[in-house]
Amino acid sequence: MNRNKKKRLTLLQRRSLMGYLFILPWFVGFILFYVRSLILTGQFAFNKLTIDTVNGGYILDPVGFENFRYAFQVHGTFKQVLTSSVLNMLVDVPLIIFFSLFMAMLLNKKFPGRAIVRAIFFLPVLLNSSAITAAMEMSRQMMNGGVSTQAAEMAASGTANLAFSIDYLVDMFMNLGLPASLVEYIEAAVGRINDIIAASGIQIIIFIAALQSIPGSMYEVAKIEGATGYETFWKVTFPMVMPHIITNVVYTIVDSFTESDVVNLAYDTAFNEFNYGLSSVFSLVSTVVTCVILVVICGAIQKRTFYYN
Amino acid sequence: MQKEISIKTGMTKIRATFQDPDQTKRLFNNVKGFLLVLLRALILIGVGYVILAPVIGMFVNSISSDTDAYNPMVFVLPQFPTLEKYALVLKRLNYFSVISKDLLYTITLTLLQLFICSMVGYGFARFNFPLKKLLFGCVVVMIVIPSHTIMLPLYMTFRNLDLFGLGRALTGTSGLMGTVIPMYIMTILGTGVRSGLYIYIFNQFFRGLPKEIEEAALVDGCGVWYTYFKIMLRNAMPAVITVAVFSIVWQFNDTFYAKLFLISDQIVISKRISGLAGTIANMDKILVPSIQELYTDAGIILVLLPVLIIYLVLQKYFIEGVERSGIVG
Repeated sequence: MNRNKKKRLTLLQRRSLMGYLFILPWFVGFILFYVRSLILTGQFAFNKLTIDTVNGGYILDPVGFENFRYAFQVHGTFKQVLTSSVLNMLVDVPLIIFFSLFMAMLLNKKFPGRAIVRAIFFLPVLLNSSAITAAMEMSRQMMNGGVSTQAAEMAASGTANLAFSIDYLVDMFMNLGLPASLVEYIEAAVGRINDIIAASGIQIIIFIAALQSIPGSMYEVAKIEGATGYETFWKVTFPMVMPHIITNVVYTIVDSFTESDVVNLAYDTAFNEFNYGLSSVFSLVSTVVTCVILVVICGAIQKRTFYYN
Repeated sequence: MQKEISIKTGMTKIRATFQDPDQTKRLFNNVKGFLLVLLRALILIGVGYVILAPVIGMFVNSISSDTDAYNPMVFVLPQFPTLEKYALVLKRLNYFSVISKDLLYTITLTLLQLFICSMVGYGFARFNFPLKKLLFGCVVVMIVIPSHTIMLPLYMTFRNLDLFGLGRALTGTSGLMGTVIPMYIMTILGTGVRSGLYIYIFNQFFRGLPKEIEEAALVDGCGVWYTYFKIMLRNAMPAVITVAVFSIVWQFNDTFYAKLFLISDQIVISKRISGLAGTIANMDKILVPSIQELYTDAGIILVLLPVLIIYLVLQKYFIEGVERSGIVG
């Protein structure tokens, strides 16, 4: 009886069963490694964790909010590292988004040598490994030490060389009466040009793809109606790219957080100081902060987003 | 005489140009276009230089000799180029043995990623089942949650994981720390390095493919798995290449999971590079930081080389693939 029933599954039911089969491996992994881990991280945060060397497990001593209290009231650097990471991220995100949109628009035009230029622009993604950046950072610091002038010039071409002229320009803009905070922001942006370029490889590619997906007929209409290039950008290109700005903002925020100092702090606390509970608190707090920022920013953008389809 | 005439005609031409508003406009547009092209070229060259400068700098460093490092007159072109830095670094990194192991590790993981993520992405794109939206939301959550949030439980889990006592029976130790097995397990279960993103890319791409192909296959009596392997996956080449490049690059560069699972630096070369300066200082008594740095640079160039070659070979398909694979949705 039962068997007969099984055979009489409709095509739709069979398809949906197939669908579950297809996503099964991921589902198991998600439950095992993500859901379970998130719950465990939460649990660790409220406990003192000691590794049981005899039986090869771990022992949990509930301590309530002690770890949180320690992180926020006693720990020397956590709050400072967290705020600086968040601030860095908030400064970087708009810069990266605008820079990558601008670059994508330049790269989207047809010109000789476009393939090579595009290949170069994706290069930072390859170079963005933490080991390599660490080594590069080290060598940069050494270069600033001064023995090898040639290398120092190479490494510092973004900042140190321009120090004089940046001061000069800053003075000039200040005298023009621009708000000091704006000038400082732009100055900081110029100083971080290396970081910004290095962080915008993927964003540029996403924007190029977005620009390619805008139907050409829209530009034709705009042209026939007599729109200038400026108007075309704000009335056609920008609204059409808007949904992808959200994608890019999410990607940029997550990316900058996974490489921020908070992660290193959490790692060091766990594996160098063996204070697992505290490390869980760091991870948890920083994740919650990231998620709140993501929700707020995406919500704000989403309201102003225009969806073509 | 000839000259005079030509100057005269030239003058009249210029005068005519300025008198005729149409021609003035055309001239103006031409100049504007030229200036725009010039500006674009300047910006692109400038940014391109900023990107390439550290790479060029590292390459130059890696081939310059000790005397060049001390000579402030040397810029970009070393006076006494040498390959001795590479020779020593090759030896100290144990390069060929480690890199072949690392490439094997990276490429097998990439193949697994491709297989699993395309399968899951296809499942989400083409089948309707209850709770699909919620489950796909979970994929997005996976992309958004930073991996350090779950690192401790992962560490604890794999430290003590011993399925049916197999590990103890075979090797005498329980737990999987220091081996590559955790990484394989996670990848097979669709939660490897940035798997969420790959699932998302595949999902978007499969959704963009016409349904008629599959219907034709179904009518011809083709099973679901066969359709997926032989028809859909073949058509998804742009997405496959995109994901393959991302996966190779990120897996190869990954140090987070390698550190977390204590994977030996005999397998993961990017872990080895951070200790290179120390090794060279200890074993070869090269203690001047500015000379050590030349060796580090040579090491980085060597480590980057395989990924760089893979990228250069695939980059044409890759960028086309990104454009067509609907990363964008």
